Amino acid sequence: MCLALPARVISIDDGEMAVVALEGIKKRISLALVEDVSVGDYVLVHVGYALHKVSEEEAERTLALMSKAGVLSAEIEEIEGAEA
Amino acid sequence: MKYIDEFRSHDLAEKLATAITHEAATGRDYHLMEFCGGHTHAIFRYGVQDLMPPNVHFVHGPGCPVCVLPVRRLDDAVELAERHGVILCTYGDMMRVPGTKQRSLIRAKADGADIRMVYSTQDALKIARDNPDREVVFFAIGFETTTPPTAVAIVQAQREGITNFSVFCNHVLTPAAIQHILQSPEVRELGTVTIDGFLGPSHVSSVIGSQPYEFFAEEFQKPVVIAGFEPLDVMQSTLMLLRQINEQRHEVENEYTRVVKPEGNLKAQALVGDVFELRSEFEWRGLGTVPYSALKIRESYAAFDAEKRFALSEKVSREVKSCECPAILRGAKKPTDCKLFGTVCTPDNPMGSCMVSSEGACAAYWTYGRFRTNADGTAATKEAAE
Ligand code: SF4
Ligand code: SF4
Repeated sequence: MCLALPARVISIDDGEMAVVALEGIKKRISLALVEDVSVGDYVLVHVGYALHKVSEEEAERTLALMSKAGVLSAEIEEIEGAEA
Repeated sequence: MKYIDEFRSHDLAEKLATAITHEAATGRDYHLMEFCGGHTHAIFRYGVQDLMPPNVHFVHGPGCPVCVLPVRRLDDAVELAERHGVILCTYGDMMRVPGTKQRSLIRAKADGADIRMVYSTQDALKIARDNPDREVVFFAIGFETTTPPTAVAIVQAQREGITNFSVFCNHVLTPAAIQHILQSPEVRELGTVTIDGFLGPSHVSSVIGSQPYEFFAEEFQKPVVIAGFEPLDVMQSTLMLLRQINEQRHEVENEYTRVVKPEGNLKAQALVGDVFELRSEFEWRGLGTVPYSALKIRESYAAFDAEKRFALSEKVSREVKSCECPAILRGAKKPTDCKLFGTVCTPDNPMGSCMVSSEGACAAYWTYGRFRTNADGTAATKEAAE
């Protein structure tokens, strides 16, 4: 039901509509629910509406956090490996 | 695709799995409820459960608007289309859900009712514009994610003076449902359902923010981690939950920061507040009557309220007998506990909503073949079972 996908904004009409690239196709969606969206931004699209901008910075941060858990687990493995 | 592929990396998944196994090596069990059907879907589709140590359990919650809609409301929608002769616009997910006597919208349509699948409320408005001599009703369902688009359509209809458009409103609220589950006898007294923490809704939270969960995290002392929908999001959030549980914290944390802000989407909230107000109670499939858990259209937009425009008849609505959806939605049973699962009830011939919606627990069990479990409750590998 709540399928929502990140899509890149290709163009913005004068009104509240925009065209986004979604899974390789162009789709017209409404920008009525968001503010300050520009061409090139990524937005989360749900039932034909942009719900939220996707933050590039935060995406990077989350990935970095995940790799950190990765680094940690590599160390754990090493320690456990050494003990075994 | 950007923001998707990175969050499905196999390498990172393995690393996170090791970190989770390490964090979970305490000898205790962890029961994490994922509220959202989207998480259920991700857990099954990407085999996240298989990457978990055996003491980390996912408890599937009620988080799919299709699954929690009571049969009565679906019967009402069928009535709108059949008896009141309206053009009924609906999201595709609702089409195959069986109502009383297994009557679904798709069957009503086959019998001649004018029921149209729409992708967006904008499509429903267009149908109303194109058919000025017909009544057009939008069958609105969904959580906080899907409510703002309905609000936009109502405001727009008023602005444009579209008088043949109305909304049959079934929008429901997530925090109220989570609280209700925590207060249910199964969790509180019977102890048949254990919940140590929640994977919090993704897209719901992009609208309402992370603040609404603070109350029950505190009140019920259960940690909440708002989690994105990609498999790595689910794993990272699981790790965060385990840490909170091990450290006896019960905070609201946010893993899905790329989309969820503490305050949410204020513009969407303002629109929703303008158009809708709380219902004092609403029936949820599986959860029963939940106070202040749904929205209705405000008096100032009463002209667009289908419940006011059309007199809906009293009716006795019934689910398919022996469909266990209600217990499954509370986390009290698993799809495999249902006698009809996989025999009488399949995605091609669904008996209950949980088998229709791709986010429903029964559909996920069926589609991803995780329905064969060993006697001890652990998942059997597919090969071993076949
Ligand atoms: S956030 Fe999405 S997946 Fe979760 S309940 Fe809402 S609509 Fe369903
Ligand atoms: S398998 Fe079918 S009948 Fe059984 S609970 Fe699920 S949806 Fe209902």
